[in-house]
Amino acid sequence: MNESVLVAGQLFNGISVASILLLAALGLALSFGLMRVINMAHGEMLMMGGYLTYVCTLLFGKSTGFLIGMVVAFFGAAAFGALMESTLIRKLYGRPLDTLLATWGVSLILQQAARSIFGPIGVEVTAPPWLAGSIAIGGTALTGLSIPLVRVFIIVVAAIVLGGVTLLIMRTRLGMLVRAVHQDRGMADALGADTRWVDLCVFSLGTGIAGLAGATLTSIAPVTPTVGQGYIVYAFLVVILGGLGSLAGTLAAAVIVGLFSATAQIVTSQSFSDVLLLVFVIIFIQFRPRGIASSRSRALDEA
Amino acid sequence: MNIARKELLYLALFAIAACAPLYLSGYEVTILGRFLAFSILALGISLIWGTGGILSLGQGLFFGLGGYALAMYLKLSAAGPGQLPDFMQWNGVTTLPWWWEPFRYPAVALAAVIIVPGAAALALAFLVFRRRVSGPYFAIITQALVLAAATLIISQQPFTGGFNGLTNFSDVFGFQLTDPHTQLALYFVTLAILAIAFYVLRYVVQSRFGRLLLAIRDGENRVRFLGYNPVPFKMIAFAIAGALAGISGALITLSIGDISPAMFGVVPSIEMVIWVAVGGRDSLLGAIVGTLLVNFGKDWISSAFPSLWLYVVGALFVVVVTVAPRGLVPLAQVGGLRIASLVRRRTRVEPAVE
Repeated sequence: MNESVLVAGQLFNGISVASILLLAALGLALSFGLMRVINMAHGEMLMMGGYLTYVCTLLFGKSTGFLIGMVVAFFGAAAFGALMESTLIRKLYGRPLDTLLATWGVSLILQQAARSIFGPIGVEVTAPPWLAGSIAIGGTALTGLSIPLVRVFIIVVAAIVLGGVTLLIMRTRLGMLVRAVHQDRGMADALGADTRWVDLCVFSLGTGIAGLAGATLTSIAPVTPTVGQGYIVYAFLVVILGGLGSLAGTLAAAVIVGLFSATAQIVTSQSFSDVLLLVFVIIFIQFRPRGIASSRSRALDEA
Repeated sequence: MNIARKELLYLALFAIAACAPLYLSGYEVTILGRFLAFSILALGISLIWGTGGILSLGQGLFFGLGGYALAMYLKLSAAGPGQLPDFMQWNGVTTLPWWWEPFRYPAVALAAVIIVPGAAALALAFLVFRRRVSGPYFAIITQALVLAAATLIISQQPFTGGFNGLTNFSDVFGFQLTDPHTQLALYFVTLAILAIAFYVLRYVVQSRFGRLLLAIRDGENRVRFLGYNPVPFKMIAFAIAGALAGISGALITLSIGDISPAMFGVVPSIEMVIWVAVGGRDSLLGAIVGTLLVNFGKDWISSAFPSLWLYVVGALFVVVVTVAPRGLVPLAQVGGLRIASLVRRRTRVEPAVE
């Protein structure tokens, strides 16, 4: 195995990590951009999606159970998100830091609940047989590189979700309302857009995507009560890098973070690459404090 | 409550705490001392969050820096002159890393307890606030920072003690750590530092600096338009909070006898915020009361019903923020005022009847 194989393998890993981060960060970016709400329980939506998938594979078997699980995870997490938005977050509108603390409380409760129900160690979901193999690449300079199918699967799922959300935002009536509220909440409200309904939909969609991300994650890692914590901090960094509520910015930031960690890990250890990533983010905001895709605005008090 | 009465209340509370060894057992005094040491950090959070509107989810980082600074001295002192700390020998390290060298001297270690976290906080605040990054963004960055610090310390086991942290100390400045007299002295030192920090911060909050900080919290841009640059004010406040967290970390290290990443990671850091939220974020007394309440509650619940604690603390976050965002102490003060005014009304009515 030569150098280029190692590098190519890491790059591919980076892109698949980026896909998971994208799925985890999309919902955060949407709801943060639209409502200025930071949902600290977003990671637990991932976890919930994972456990729902686990339950489905127990009920329906590995193959179909996994597919059903993805659907159930999406709708389960979306329903929970809707519940959270309508009972808790709506009450804290305009108090972003308080929302952050309250949702953190929710996340602690969910983690402990998962611990009580499924045990502290975590559960293993065996990936369906059709995802077990890997693609071996031969004949070129990259001979010896083998790409696990699950990683490809994750990238495909992320691409489909990103495409779907883009279509939703750009081509549907709800999407138009979302863009309107994002641009000017007060004006959209005055023109008769039901901003509360839009908030609810976007928040719920975001948590649903996180649930789907959790379902996808089960194919590469066991589900533990704290599985969300491992991803959420990076997802937040993606949101910070990407800029408020911009899909393109979020995508670019996810790819940057994914590739950055993967390439940093060629040179140094996992923990050092975390530190480097953070240093990178802090340096980056020195130049673009509003993220990659910051929208120009004359308003002063933007979050 | 008028000012003189408030002053008396504070003095009385500190006096009650100072007499604690008279009516509490040695173990209880140690526990109380530990929570009072946490309160020093909570005072810092009250300053930056309550007065300055800066929510930091990474105070554990500065707590840890202070704790490790002192623990490094304790470790070297336990190893004896010219020797390596035990965990370095187990990990096959043969020479002391250069950044451990200064911690042979107690004066350097003591200074580092304040200066290192203070300087780190100052640098972070400069880099972030300079670019007008604030609010939730800042909170997330501090959380990422504390996560990165904890992972880094765990991964560098040969030099930092890794997951287990630094432990097995023998003596501090010649006094045996396990000696009850040392622990009692530590209690009084903690209480004295807390009292000093409390009165200094009270002065700071009421000074011009404090009022500007409050103004920045409520309308940063307006403060800018009035000709002030908010950045240095936020930096100084954040550095003070960082230094207080460092002192708190050092005292806790002495009290518990070890310091490890588990004591200052992401979860402990955000728990520190809930202490202040419960007590009342914009009251210094609230920070202390909240810290004591939550920690005694944690102590009690996690020994009686171990699995319940996370539910309780989670519910606390939700309930405090939605029902009593200003915390318990202001709530109690408002209650006290109502009662006082009721009493006054009654006394005012009586002469009219005659």
